[in-house]
Amino acid sequence: MAEPPLASTTQRPDRSPTARLEMTGIHVAFGGVTALEDVSLTVEPGQVHGLIGPNGAGKTTMFNVACGLVRPSSGRIVWRGEELRRLRPAQLAKLGIARTLQGVGLFPGMTVLENVMVGAHRHAKAGFFSALFAIPTADKDEERLRRRAMDALAELEATAYAGRYPGSLPYPVQKRVALARALVADPELLLLDEPASGLSEDEMHELGELIRSVASRMSVLLVEHHMDLVMRVCDRITVLDSGRQIAVGTPEEIRADPAVTEAYLGDDVDVDADAAELSTGRSTAQAAAGTEEATRG
Amino acid sequence: MSDLQTPAGAPGAASDDAPSTATAAANASSAAAGGGGRSFLPKTTLLRHLLVLALCAVGAVLLLEGTERSTNDQISRIAFYAIAAGGLTLLTGLNGQISLGHGALMAVGAYTTALLLDVEDGEPLPLAVIFLIAVAITAVVGALVGVAAARLHGPYLAGATLALAVGVPGLTLYFSDTLGGEQGINVRAPRAPDWFVDAIEAISGERGQGTKWLAYIAVVSLLITYFLLANLMRSRIGRTWRAVRDQEVAAELAGISLGSWRVLAFVVSAAAAGLAGAVLAIVVRLTAPGSFLPVLSLSLLTAIVIGGLGSLFGALLGSILLVFLPEWARDFGLEVLDMESAQASQAAFVIYGLLLVATMLFAPAGLVGTVRLALLRRRAARAAARADGG
Repeated sequence: MAEPPLASTTQRPDRSPTARLEMTGIHVAFGGVTALEDVSLTVEPGQVHGLIGPNGAGKTTMFNVACGLVRPSSGRIVWRGEELRRLRPAQLAKLGIARTLQGVGLFPGMTVLENVMVGAHRHAKAGFFSALFAIPTADKDEERLRRRAMDALAELEATAYAGRYPGSLPYPVQKRVALARALVADPELLLLDEPASGLSEDEMHELGELIRSVASRMSVLLVEHHMDLVMRVCDRITVLDSGRQIAVGTPEEIRADPAVTEAYLGDDVDVDADAAELSTGRSTAQAAAGTEEATRG
Repeated sequence: MSDLQTPAGAPGAASDDAPSTATAAANASSAAAGGGGRSFLPKTTLLRHLLVLALCAVGAVLLLEGTERSTNDQISRIAFYAIAAGGLTLLTGLNGQISLGHGALMAVGAYTTALLLDVEDGEPLPLAVIFLIAVAITAVVGALVGVAAARLHGPYLAGATLALAVGVPGLTLYFSDTLGGEQGINVRAPRAPDWFVDAIEAISGERGQGTKWLAYIAVVSLLITYFLLANLMRSRIGRTWRAVRDQEVAAELAGISLGSWRVLAFVVSAAAAGLAGAVLAIVVRLTAPGSFLPVLSLSLLTAIVIGGLGSLFGALLGSILLVFLPEWARDFGLEVLDMESAQASQAAFVIYGLLLVATMLFAPAGLVGTVRLALLRRRAARAAARADGG
């Protein structure tokens, strides 16, 4: 079979990201309980924006508002210059928005490669009838998707697992596959929901570098409670507490913000380590991360 | 939206490299990972499937010409069961929707065919056209059912489709003027054309009429249906159906609209059931409500479960059992257990039930699925051994 030229079909354009996500004055109430109150957040093109806060601060709600799963009672969401209303999850991909799930959410009955190929759904061209009659263009389209998927797996260093089923793979590998499935869609905005949960220190470090590297071609909104990861990779950070926005700024500004420290100290349920880091910078590892951030920024 | 918080499915719990058991037979991968030297097989899906189709066609001719008239008739019956089961296995195995109403969809196809063949004077439409109309009408009915079904899950979907299976035969009594009521409609079976008679004469020297012609129609319908269904299953369409079946939220986030893909699966599946009904009408030469009782829908479901959910080959195996098992069971009862004829006929049901229970206990993935799982495990074990050695 004639091999189609690689460059035209599989390489992602090295476009510089241009899309901005602006959420302004977001209010969300669940049956009388206010979950979010006048929260605004802007993800600038090509930036990694962190969304942090103690448990129950409304991070996940804000995140779900961003991708249309939760409808705010008031507020505006503007994506690529157009206001988003009544968004259904299946429309996100078409708008160039990809998100990962807090778990992994891989399709257990499919190989890793097929999982990632499903992620490329919006780039598929062959329709129902070309599939029904197995018209060769459908094969070509499949081949194109397959290469895209293999490229995405290569970026995540998961090529070796392409033929395996997800259930048999270690959790960190599954997370990488899930990320490949989001990246293969070639989104302009990547929404990451707690991507570091369940990862080791080393893996978290690799994840941080990966997030930095994809930011050259897309904007990233990151919800995460591993403070050192957030501090290392984010360009800007929004801090929520009890449904309100208490701070926004660069990692250094956030670290120095007394309101943030107070919010975290007030909540000693499961982020006390983070709070300790924020308040004193005692931990050497985390202090090192801090310096690194300072030198880069 | 609690679905979004789904915890990671037990990391590392499954040590063997195998997909989820129940639908193992469905998961013939749509994409070969490594590429590399896959040698002598044709490269495109079309040529590969046409090659298999041609081999099966040759096999079918040998089978039909090498067996007696009564076996020809049994093969026709296997064919229409298998057409319907193939559509159902796509719906249930690939897309995860259960239907207990496919017998009713077969009735739609059968009655359409019977009515179109039953013309007062002159020639009816060509049979192929009648079949296509039957398929189209059943597909439309399937779309309507599918729209309702797309919103239902599990037991609710089973209940709703079962209502279809119970209700549709009743309709024939209500519209007894056109649909013939309890007696049904006698179907004027089409006559074999001369070229066919000559061809059969040349091949085996037999008379290619009546049962033989119908058997060929049934088998050709089966082959075409399986060719098309296999194309779909191996394509992006099949993969998208499986994605909808496996993980709704993740599928939606990939841009897949769950509802429309579910309806599409239902339409395809119904179209197959419609063709099955059309073949049934001419093979049995009668369409009556008694042929489409809910037990028909249940038989189809057991056929695909025993064969292996999601596998066309499994659906064919299940259909073969559906036709032959009662007979074998009867002979077994008559000859080995020395029963009376009536008792022996009853025994068929018991044996069928026992077989189903045994399958669920010992081979929950069905015949095809169990073999596939075993192969996958062996491959995984070999891969692991290689990794250890290297």
